[in-house]
Amino acid sequence: MSPVSAASATPVIATRGLRVSYGDREVLHGLDFEVMQRETVVILGGSGSGKSTLLRTLVGLEKPSSGEVLVKGTDLARATSRELDSIRKKIGLSFQGGALIGSMTVGENIALPLLEHSNLAPSTIEVMVRIKLEQVGLSGFEHFTPSQLSGGMKKRAAIARALAMDPEILFFDEPSAGLDPIMAAGIDDLILNLKKAYAMSIIVVTHELASAFLIADRILLIDRGNILAMGPAKEIQESTQPRVRQFLDRIADSTADDEVDHLRMFTEGI
Amino acid sequence: MSPAQPTQPHRYVSAAVLSGIGARTESSLAYLGGLAALVGKSLASLLTSPLKRGRTFQRAVHQAMIVGVRAIPIITLITFFVGVIIALQGAYGLRRLGAMQLVAGLVAISITRELGPLVAAIVVIGRSGSSFAAEIGAMRVSEELDALKTMALDPVAFLVTPKLLAMVVMMPCLAIWSDLMGVTGGALFGVTGAGFTFGSYFMATREALVLRDVTTGIVKSLVFGIVITAVGCYEGFSTGAGAEEVGRSTTSAVVISILLVVLIDLTFTYLFYSAGHSV
Repeated sequence: MSPVSAASATPVIATRGLRVSYGDREVLHGLDFEVMQRETVVILGGSGSGKSTLLRTLVGLEKPSSGEVLVKGTDLARATSRELDSIRKKIGLSFQGGALIGSMTVGENIALPLLEHSNLAPSTIEVMVRIKLEQVGLSGFEHFTPSQLSGGMKKRAAIARALAMDPEILFFDEPSAGLDPIMAAGIDDLILNLKKAYAMSIIVVTHELASAFLIADRILLIDRGNILAMGPAKEIQESTQPRVRQFLDRIADSTADDEVDHLRMFTEGI
Repeated sequence: MSPAQPTQPHRYVSAAVLSGIGARTESSLAYLGGLAALVGKSLASLLTSPLKRGRTFQRAVHQAMIVGVRAIPIITLITFFVGVIIALQGAYGLRRLGAMQLVAGLVAISITRELGPLVAAIVVIGRSGSSFAAEIGAMRVSEELDALKTMALDPVAFLVTPKLLAMVVMMPCLAIWSDLMGVTGGALFGVTGAGFTFGSYFMATREALVLRDVTTGIVKSLVFGIVITAVGCYEGFSTGAGAEEVGRSTTSAVVISILLVVLIDLTFTYLFYSAGHSV
């Protein structure tokens, strides 16, 4: 069933027939895909396409209604909470709004996973926090509270926190949403740098076409809970499939569809 | 309206009312079950992760500062005035009986057995129960709870356990403090309006009280502390999406906490009353 190639490429993430529902409403209708080691995959899709739900499922925040989500060989749907925790120590997730703990400083936020999951000395943790902040271009901001940071800085701080445990898989939820084009380009550059600097798999959920084609090795185009297209960025860009073209060329849906999408956006809740 | 109407529709109505009561009872029991599960989970996290206990205690001390120490000024003020009020109200009746000297005992017993812990609990609900719900609710809305989970941190262990520890320790302390302040308030009236000196007032108070009066209040306040934390945190965790939901869960936390605190107070008072009779 799974096309695991015998070569060096072993999938760090594999889904098989992944279905996710909120109550009676199915959001993802059976997805099969894999993410290889050191690969950068962009999950691209419109509002209400189910891409955020997919991301939440990949990190174990949503349970699949059926199918498998294998992250480093462990099926998240059947993992015990201890197994889930040990997987989560190997992943990092940068949330759309940063999701930094508001009652802690930026430094404390980044130190938190290290403090909780390692036996490192406080002085070592302090150094590591400084290194991570430097990597995201926020040197010297340890003592700021999240509320003192701008949107773009919050995202950078969140990336620093996601990097704290030196993850094997790094997830980004809408990294450039809500940022001005210059800030967004800065985040794209940062992701490209991380890709070069670390030997990790990167999964980015976005609806920004330009940034998707810039950072992706492979693109997974999600539409209404199904995989519309999957392949190397160049291949997707040159696709002639009408629905893919519609998305890439930014052509609006007919109004009836629009309303359905709009409704979905509301009912999805995320 | 007409007397000749058949009784059939009436039966349907009562069936609907009954099923409504049934549904409300069921959901209330489910709610209490949810609270118990939350408390159980947060206590279990203390036992299962000994390595993290140190940091949990650190956070608990920080919380104790917020929920306990910073509540002292307002509790002092309120219970002091409540003490004065009880003394005034008591004196109104006692004066006619010519038993003004009993005012010290009246204040002492009503404050220590009842009003001290209750007023302390209501102030803590307003200050801390509401802020637990708002804090956790806002964290839910801004995905901070999800962030904790993806960092392999249990939000209950991280957020609820320190609050619970802090409240379990601080509520009884605040209750004792508010007992003291209530009695002091009574003494103000005793000295100015009932011919006591401060010394004689506190002697009269000392004579009117038995240890049990104070301990029943402390036992109650301990349970209040657990309930206020559980309701505040539970409401926070059940916050939906959006800012107005944070407001809703904060309101529910306050209203439900006050209701439960009064119900528990009633239960305990009844139990102590029954026990007092049988001994």
